[in-house]
Amino acid sequence: MVGFLIRRIGQAILVLFIVTVATLAMVHLFPGGPIRALLGQRATALQIAFYNKQYGFDQPFYVQYLKWVNQLLHGNLGFSTKLNQSVASLIGQDLPKTIVLVLLGTFFSLLFGIPLGVYQAVRRNSVADYVLTGISFLGYSTPVFFLGIVLVDWFAIDVHLFPPFAPQSTSVLTILGDPRALVLPVATYAFLLYALWSRFMRSSVLDNMVQDYVRTARAKGASERRVIWGHVFRNSLVSIVTLLGLSFPTLVAGAILIEVVFNYPGMGLAFYQAALNVDYQTLLGFTVLVTVFTIIGNLLADIGYAALDPRVRY
Amino acid sequence: MAGLQAIEATEAELGLIPTAKPRGMLIRAWEVFAENKLALAGLAFVVFIFLFCFVGPHIYVTNQVSTDLSDYLCTPSGSHLLGCNELGYDELGRLMVGGQTSLEVGLAAALVSVLFGTLYGAISGFAGGFVDSLMMRIVDAGLSLPSLMVIIIMSVIFHPTPVVIIFIIAVFYWFGVARLVRGETLALREREYVQAVKVIGGRPMRAVLKHIVPNAIGTIIVQATFAVADSILTLAVLGFLTLGVAPPATDWGSMLSGGLTYIQGGNYWWLIYPPGVVIILTCIAFNFIGDALRDAFETRLQRR
Repeated sequence: MVGFLIRRIGQAILVLFIVTVATLAMVHLFPGGPIRALLGQRATALQIAFYNKQYGFDQPFYVQYLKWVNQLLHGNLGFSTKLNQSVASLIGQDLPKTIVLVLLGTFFSLLFGIPLGVYQAVRRNSVADYVLTGISFLGYSTPVFFLGIVLVDWFAIDVHLFPPFAPQSTSVLTILGDPRALVLPVATYAFLLYALWSRFMRSSVLDNMVQDYVRTARAKGASERRVIWGHVFRNSLVSIVTLLGLSFPTLVAGAILIEVVFNYPGMGLAFYQAALNVDYQTLLGFTVLVTVFTIIGNLLADIGYAALDPRVRY
Repeated sequence: MAGLQAIEATEAELGLIPTAKPRGMLIRAWEVFAENKLALAGLAFVVFIFLFCFVGPHIYVTNQVSTDLSDYLCTPSGSHLLGCNELGYDELGRLMVGGQTSLEVGLAAALVSVLFGTLYGAISGFAGGFVDSLMMRIVDAGLSLPSLMVIIIMSVIFHPTPVVIIFIIAVFYWFGVARLVRGETLALREREYVQAVKVIGGRPMRAVLKHIVPNAIGTIIVQATFAVADSILTLAVLGFLTLGVAPPATDWGSMLSGGLTYIQGGNYWWLIYPPGVVIILTCIAFNFIGDALRDAFETRLQRR
């Protein structure tokens, strides 16, 4: 296990290095360089040279990289001159709201996706299985923003059941204080993820049903209920744990689009606005933060998987 | 007469006339594929949507270049079957023109990413050792980048034309393909016929291109099909975020984005539902085809 941990953590550090270099290099791709992106079309060459020096963009790339990494290690994610706010404080303000959305959406999608996935596997090729498969295909193929628009059209405009937009506030308490406004964004998010879990759970349970231990359990006279929930279900959950770690990018993408549709004031909306404003400091800070979380998430998922299944620790 | 013989020969090759020759992998795969009704429906829809987008504009002729404000948000009628948008463009005609962009970008992005990913994965798996480790860490790095965030940044940087969008999408799609193909390669590398290439002095590139890639073709084709659906969705996302192709060109996502402005002003359903439904149906069709192809290349399901 120790050898596995060392090797896996070493890989993660190497990946982290590649990703951070690529992200910082991306800043230099902005037309005319990052300072031109900040100051706009009318900036003079003198102004650009001045700020290039002040921000250290005149130095060799490796110096810029080391300085930047040093800042990151001290928790400094950069300062957005366009918003006149540090990126860390922007994240501190918006992240809790995004976490509320992501957690609620994930919770409800798992609540429906896991049991229905098991049900589909047990009753495979029945009418119910086909209907549910159809629904998850719909979930795979529907652009998440289109689903959001349709829900707004039906439940906020045709029938005034829920508000079409999330409450606007910098505080997470206001968001939680108006649960009706959360219904549509969370429902959209949950449907997007539901398709993922239920499809995966179905195939995972099907794979486990043909394993030897199931035959053993049956031979020992275990009831069908005990075989499914006591043996197959528990083993299938192992692979869901890995999938949760791997699906982090999907969670992020979903959050961005849903926040744009519902004008939900979280990190995704802030990121989109930063993109439209060419606010490279915010873009850089957000991207690095999400990437680091992804790498750590994958690492934890792998370690968790190895802890649950000794065969992985080759 | 020679032509007739040629036809008979092809028919024999296709397995239509029973022959003693063993049937090829692709023919057996097609037999499994054709049993799947959903896949055939998907294939039929894909053919239909291509005809709709590329032949349709020659039958249902509309002006998609200059605006006509006298047709501002006109309701569906005899002259405009699906009404008009806020600039007076005919919505049905726009669906065809926008579809051309969506399909072209979807197919091209899938092709580029699958070609590159296949080659990269096969080389990495075949090389093994240190080269493989390094090449795979680059793939890990790519997979841990939040693809949508970086695609948004890239679109802001490059002010995309369709060709640029193809590469922006492909850059983030090939990582997954590379990882899958590498997995296949690791298994194929140990087979006798690949070892034999080495023994008789064949170059590594020959083993990769002539022996490994053709034997992983099932996985590759399935991935390519899903890649088309995913690329069409990604383009729609960019269009929705107003980062897609520049007007007067359009795509299905951009059309949806334009319609969203009028969602609260009245019942302008034709601005939202047609592009949305077309995106969904196209993606479902490609997913059905991909699923059936996966079954088709699963040798256990093939009759020999």
